[in-house]
Amino acid sequence: MFQSIRDTLPQSRILRGLLAVIVVSLLLAPFIFDGSRALDTAARLCIFIVLVASYDLLLGYTGVVSFAHTLFFGIGAYSVAIAFDHVAPGFGVLLVAVVVALGVSTVVAVTIGLVSLRVKAIFYAMITLAVASVATVLVSQLYLYTGGEDGMTYRIPRVLTPAFKLLDDKVLGVRINGKLLNYYLIFTVSTVLFLLMVRIVASPFGKVLKALRENDFRAEAIGYTTVYYRTAATVISACMATLAGVLMAIWLRYTGPDSVLSLNIMIDILLMVVIGGMGSLYGAIIGATLLVLARNYLNEAMGVAHNAFIDVPILAELFNPERWLLWLGVLFVVMVYFFPLGIVGRLVRGRADHG
Amino acid sequence: MVNSSRTPVLQTEALTIRFGGHVAVDRVSAAFEAGSLTAIVGPNGAGKTTYFNLISGQLPPSSGTVYLNERDISRWPVAKRARHGLGRAFQLTQLFPNLTVEENLGLVVQARHGLGHRIWTLASRQQAVRTEVESLLDTIGLTERADDFARALSHGAQRRLEVGMMLAMDPQVMMFDEPTAGMSVDEAPVLLELIHRIKNEQDRTILLVEHKLDVIRTLADRILVLHNGRLLADGEPESVMQLDVVRQAYLGELSDEEVA
Repeated sequence: MFQSIRDTLPQSRILRGLLAVIVVSLLLAPFIFDGSRALDTAARLCIFIVLVASYDLLLGYTGVVSFAHTLFFGIGAYSVAIAFDHVAPGFGVLLVAVVVALGVSTVVAVTIGLVSLRVKAIFYAMITLAVASVATVLVSQLYLYTGGEDGMTYRIPRVLTPAFKLLDDKVLGVRINGKLLNYYLIFTVSTVLFLLMVRIVASPFGKVLKALRENDFRAEAIGYTTVYYRTAATVISACMATLAGVLMAIWLRYTGPDSVLSLNIMIDILLMVVIGGMGSLYGAIIGATLLVLARNYLNEAMGVAHNAFIDVPILAELFNPERWLLWLGVLFVVMVYFFPLGIVGRLVRGRADHG
Repeated sequence: MVNSSRTPVLQTEALTIRFGGHVAVDRVSAAFEAGSLTAIVGPNGAGKTTYFNLISGQLPPSSGTVYLNERDISRWPVAKRARHGLGRAFQLTQLFPNLTVEENLGLVVQARHGLGHRIWTLASRQQAVRTEVESLLDTIGLTERADDFARALSHGAQRRLEVGMMLAMDPQVMMFDEPTAGMSVDEAPVLLELIHRIKNEQDRTILLVEHKLDVIRTLADRILVLHNGRLLADGEPESVMQLDVVRQAYLGELSDEEVA
């Protein structure tokens, strides 16, 4: 496990520093950031790093363009939500829900993967988009089970809620309760899943995935049955996304189309992969961090700027917090223009091992 | 074991492919033995590369059969043929451009050893694969470029890597499709020398599409002449080149070049 990190970590000092800062911040998040909002952001970030890395496995490594990634994210989240809501919030139930979710995702992924045998990339992308839309419609129609557009709120095992207290006293000003446990559960599982993926891309199997991206004609000609590898990559990627969905459902205690299934999330994932750098799992960390922070705090940062420029006529309006989406857009355009290979791609350009 | 049995390693029987009304390869029957080097010649559009595509499986035949070690492989997919010993170096270089030279070769070596499905070993720590890749790098003279991306290589070096990737398959049948095309005057002889060495030292079945007649004369044991998809002549180089039909169909076109 640690060898694979040593072998695959990007050489760039800046990048290593950046990654270290992000990881340490996430590790100590409950102790160094105040408030439940910061913790919520940190937990979402952990989950999105897994989600984005799993998508990069498909897009950046294997060269498969799929829009069905939120579908698998949703399968994970809804399995847990339905199990907790309709059965009971417990770890046994959770385990069953996870197994069922992984099973469903595998079947769907194999089916989608085998379709790639028959169609060209652009049609494959269209098919995945259609499948994802069907899933959204299904969720909204089957509201008896899924809560429809409103989604569902449910209870989670008590050990993971603020009501559960481990210690009566605060440690370093932090309550040692179920919420903290919950965060560290998310953090630990995310870390393990991420490292698993790092290990996978550094394996001979991972090399074959890159070969498919680069030249599947030649990959076939040297003896790799490409359909088999493409399907395997789709399944692994789907299962990782499913587990990310499970984490999301546990953390939010709410699951709805907007939190796990919507096209907006799919677009966010795409942006995070592209901004971070395709074909580098570490790029997922950078991309996800940048976007999650922007989504959560750009609004506030602009509020500060707005107040600072309150007397300057045009600038004040430009920094009006209500215009934060405009600035997010500008940020994307600038990023894509100046970092066409993504941030990681830019920092390791010209070097051999970006994976 | 030098051809103790005369069983052909590779054989095509009335191999045919039609594209609409156009018959690109027309009932070509030929057998190739171990330890032989056969040059396949013919004017542009004669069907040489298409014939290769039928053998290595990129195209399915309209009719006819391909045998590898007496097994009918006509319906086998490309990857399976590759795993059973059909190696091919392509006319238009087919590399993994954004992977390093070492990774390009490593992928082929691990394919041959059937390691591609391993998900829990580290590719960088597979000593056997690395050793083999190092020796291949030495053979094609790219040791110093091992860590460069394939796309960063010069045309000649890419051609050498292309051939190196086929050698890495260690195949029973080696198919070279104009290996020296576009190479500089210095580079071409090095590669031909390499093919010559393989021919002499190893018991391979080599098929070579080549235009340069001097190359064919020195390397080939036998020549197949294709013209409009048909097999026009098949035999030893000197006698085939004397045939009138061949001179008209093929050498006639090249005589100027030959003089020059």
